[in-house]
Amino acid sequence: MFNMIDKVWIIPALMAASFLVILFFGKRWGTRATAGIGIAAVSICLILSVVVAGNWISRVNHPPTGAALAADILQANGLTPQTGETIGEEVNAATKDSGETVSTDSHATATDGHSAEAGSEHGGEHESVPPVVRTVTWFQIGGLEFEFGTLVDGLAAMMLITVCIISLLVHIYSTEYLHGDVRFTHYYAFLSLFTASMLFYVLSSNTLQMLVGWELVGVCSFGLIGHWWEEKKNTDAALKAFLTNRVGDIGLILGVIITFFAAGGTSFNVLHINEYALSGNANTTLLLIGALCLFGGVTSKSGQFPLHTWLPDAMAGPTPVSALIHAATMVVAGVYLIARLYAVFFSGLAIGSSSFHYVAFIGGFTTIIGGLLAFVQHDLKKVLAYSTISQLGYMVMALGVGAWTAGVFHLFTHAFFKACLFLGAGSVSHACHHTFDMREMGGLRKKMPVTHATFLIATLALAGIFPLAGFWSKDEILAGAANGQENAYTIMLIFGLITAFLTAAYMGRAYWLTFWGKYRGHAHPHESPKVITVPLIILAGCAVVFGFTNFPGNFFGVKLPSGVTTRFEHFVEPTFAFPPLQHAEFTPWLAVVSTILAATGLFIAYQYFEKNRGPHGLTSRNKVAHAGYTFLENKYYLDDLYTGVIAGSTKGPIARAANWFNQNILDGIVNGIGLGARKIAGFVYVFADQIIIDGAVNGSGQGSEGAGQLLRKIQTGKVQQYASILFAGAVVLAGVLVFVV
Amino acid sequence: MFLNQFLLLAAILFCIGVYGVLARKNGVLVLMSIELILNAVNINLVAFGAYWNANDVANVSGQVFALFVIAVAAAEVGVGLALVLLIYRNRQSIDIDDVDMLKG
Repeated sequence: MFNMIDKVWIIPALMAASFLVILFFGKRWGTRATAGIGIAAVSICLILSVVVAGNWISRVNHPPTGAALAADILQANGLTPQTGETIGEEVNAATKDSGETVSTDSHATATDGHSAEAGSEHGGEHESVPPVVRTVTWFQIGGLEFEFGTLVDGLAAMMLITVCIISLLVHIYSTEYLHGDVRFTHYYAFLSLFTASMLFYVLSSNTLQMLVGWELVGVCSFGLIGHWWEEKKNTDAALKAFLTNRVGDIGLILGVIITFFAAGGTSFNVLHINEYALSGNANTTLLLIGALCLFGGVTSKSGQFPLHTWLPDAMAGPTPVSALIHAATMVVAGVYLIARLYAVFFSGLAIGSSSFHYVAFIGGFTTIIGGLLAFVQHDLKKVLAYSTISQLGYMVMALGVGAWTAGVFHLFTHAFFKACLFLGAGSVSHACHHTFDMREMGGLRKKMPVTHATFLIATLALAGIFPLAGFWSKDEILAGAANGQENAYTIMLIFGLITAFLTAAYMGRAYWLTFWGKYRGHAHPHESPKVITVPLIILAGCAVVFGFTNFPGNFFGVKLPSGVTTRFEHFVEPTFAFPPLQHAEFTPWLAVVSTILAATGLFIAYQYFEKNRGPHGLTSRNKVAHAGYTFLENKYYLDDLYTGVIAGSTKGPIARAANWFNQNILDGIVNGIGLGARKIAGFVYVFADQIIIDGAVNGSGQGSEGAGQLLRKIQTGKVQQYASILFAGAVVLAGVLVFVV
Repeated sequence: MFLNQFLLLAAILFCIGVYGVLARKNGVLVLMSIELILNAVNINLVAFGAYWNANDVANVSGQVFALFVIAVAAAEVGVGLALVLLIYRNRQSIDIDDVDMLKG
């Protein structure tokens, strides 16, 4: 297999090229060609991503040693390896450095340039494999050189594959879903740009570059949410998404700056920052502030409380976009950020040793409030949107309690089953006159068997039913919360278990309302064409299979060979510049409890919404229940808080102050300048123009007229007079000639 | 040979010519006076030519100059008489004092 890992920049570049081609030629070449270009580009990207992942797997299996390892470590730290004799010494110096800095790590680190031997001392753990970093100089300023490049490790490779698979399926799905749309070309151009930006983001080798990718995906999200901008509601949603994200982006920018200085102020390189954060030389207060600022960015992008309010509104965009951007890829950019700069969060927040569980708590809180809100939505997509918020909270909580692999694994599995759910919802809506209102659905399982089956699989996967993908990742998170730091994470565990129940219940509600009972709408639903169902089937297949990529080592006594178990952890979890983490073992009682909770949730939803048992109409009879329902329906009044209280109370005084400033100062300056200019102009008119210039012009005219009046006397017209003067002149000249010269 | 006799003759002729040009009203007489001035010059040219090249009989440059002047004077008189003729046709007079249309 050829080595793609060095030339990984080709992947985002290809998508960017696709964007440009669609942008400039899409309209001319027609919709078929447009979709074809996009699909072809993503397909190639997917193939290349698989090659990259294969390269990475073989790199982990056969880690570089000696000079090759040392060169990689140098490059990972943003240095250029040199060829020739000198490499040996530099190599040793570099490896010693990294050996010292990460020596607290339980993972093996190269200490003498022979990592294989060093690694073998720690039984069971695989040796440190540095990521592959390839950079070029971006710009130089103030003696510092900023680089621009790619970083490939297991995490990046996993993200590449996830983004490419879902993007490809969404590209295919959209050919039917947006068939005949007025801005078909525009849509595909944005899809390509989004994919390019997301791939660029996940491959970033430094935080500055990540910031660029982060903003690019934000712009694409804005453009695609507002795809049908003719409706005010959609443009409002796009603006809300953009502005809410701006709030968090300020945090991200500050975080990037602070981590830069916290890591010695020499490099934005991700690995350098991580290593420095772990080395103990870094100022922990600075790291804490940096991590909290970065978490501000995560809060908005990944829809964490209290900045999650944009995500449900973002459902105004086309459904494939919701699946790609607002479920599977862009919203996990925040989770990816934590995972990528994990050492900063780990050291800054002292994960595993402090009592300050900010990240874990926000994640846990978000997962509950998102889950609760999903119950009061009638819009199928909004149920899924709140579910996404809830699941993102799960991932953040996992990272917050130190269960890195569990969080990233959940990111991976969630991407597929949630994309499947969204595309399934799109398929349902495609059949039901473009409505997402579950009150106008029902009984669709007979009419849309393929959509129903795939939706069911994805629902069960999301609910965490054995043996689907969600079961494995969710249980890993719960195990991480249960086994982390001496019961400090009990509250997170409780949050997680409640959410396991809530998730199953609200997904059960959505499922039964949509597919069971009697059809309540007015359309004639029918199964969607193959272009829509095939991506659904593929995603449902992923939802079944991908959970096994991290099969636990001891599953109820079933012990598979170690070459098959915890492969995800083995290949994705970084081993270079990465904090020492304990890996929670599979915990049977938790798996049983969470599965029972999920099953109960599904059963209650079945009884309540399908069999119509239980206290129906409670919300209209009981005051407390009604108040709770209203509270949820108004989304905890967060939107009112933001637009009414915060924006309302600030915009009045600000507007008045701006008005005063405008009227008195700006207008004063402008008027003063105008008045002054008029005065000066008047003086110039009278003095310079009228007296000097006009005087000169008139004077020269009068002078020449007077001279003419005098001279005309000489001009008599008499030839003989002229001749006399001529002779007189000649005589004078002759006299001069004779007597003077 | 005495040069001064020729020069005196030429001076007298020149003065008569100048007087005629400046004082006479008749256009034809003015032209004739110009001829006198030119011929005064011709006498001078021939006289000086003979005087300076007395030893070299083959050198006739002064005489050749005089011939040139005669030819040019003929052309000049041709143009001048044509002018006078046209003035007469238009005004029935050749008094050059009447021809003062360029008066400022």
